[in-house]
Amino acid sequence: MKIGLLHSLIRKDEKFLIDEFNAKKGIELAMIDDREISFNIGRDKFNYDIVVERCINHSRALHGLKLFESAGIKCVNTYNVATVCGDKLLTSCALAEHNVPQPEVRVAFTEESALQTIEDMSYPVVLKPAVGSWGRLLSKINDRDAAEAILEHKTVLGSYHHSIFYIQKYVEKKGKDIRSFVIGDKCIAAIYRTSTHWITNTARGGVATNCIVTDELSDISVRAAKAVGGGIVAIDVFETSQGLMVNEVNYTMEYKNSIYTTGVNIPQKMVEYILQVAEGRK
Amino acid sequence: MKTECPVCSAQIELAKDAVQGELIECSDCGTELEVVTVNPPKVQEAPQEEEDWGE
Repeated sequence: MKIGLLHSLIRKDEKFLIDEFNAKKGIELAMIDDREISFNIGRDKFNYDIVVERCINHSRALHGLKLFESAGIKCVNTYNVATVCGDKLLTSCALAEHNVPQPEVRVAFTEESALQTIEDMSYPVVLKPAVGSWGRLLSKINDRDAAEAILEHKTVLGSYHHSIFYIQKYVEKKGKDIRSFVIGDKCIAAIYRTSTHWITNTARGGVATNCIVTDELSDISVRAAKAVGGGIVAIDVFETSQGLMVNEVNYTMEYKNSIYTTGVNIPQKMVEYILQVAEGRK
Repeated sequence: MKTECPVCSAQIELAKDAVQGELIECSDCGTELEVVTVNPPKVQEAPQEEEDWGE
């Protein structure tokens, strides 16, 4: 079986995955560097049984997946999953359509309507770029002065996709949230991410500790994964007084800090799932 | 499998299982480096984070 690994830089996450593929018999792993490949639309003939997407750039991941799928190649995750997860607005719509609990989210298209929307929601709120990751450019807005300033800055200085104002009600998470890992129809592990900062991403210094996968966490995580199209995804979950709520879903999940922490060999389980998909068993 | 850090000139020894494109860190200056080629061993400063990097 020939596996294509679409990548750019090889981080520890990809290295663990490569090691797991190499440990399997009968697997030929082909490295596809997104900085080197080019596509010939409608004429490409690839001989991969499956392509595994591990790009760092969302734009390359998204378009690479579309181009491989268009050439008839199975991909994990799929282009559709990347499309939905790569855009917080689309993720929120998918969660809502599948009745998965999430914080209140409102969307506006102009500076004036966004300000009015924020006033209606009451403070604090979090303004997020619809496309973005690692906690970049998140703004916690505590009052009208901050709202006016940030909306003006985004309007004047931001590129066009910052003019879609995705506004989430701020959730008091008491210094931590949950990152759960879903592969196929199972929630295989979870971590707490703890920080003194309101942004708890491990990319921003959040510290990972093991989190027990309760029935409630497993249920909401798997439902969130199904809502965005399934596959291999990581779910960011808030613990609130109204129960668990899904914040975001990530489609090129990072797990290097979670293997030792959870005691679960996450890349090994990813490889098992990918091979099942390649063989048509999933 | 030895090469030199392009920032501080410290000697860098690539691991036996190093692969092209791998991110490593210079143990002297802490610069994040990318393995350009394994044989011959060559590294360069890793690219800077871009707006659409992430998960």
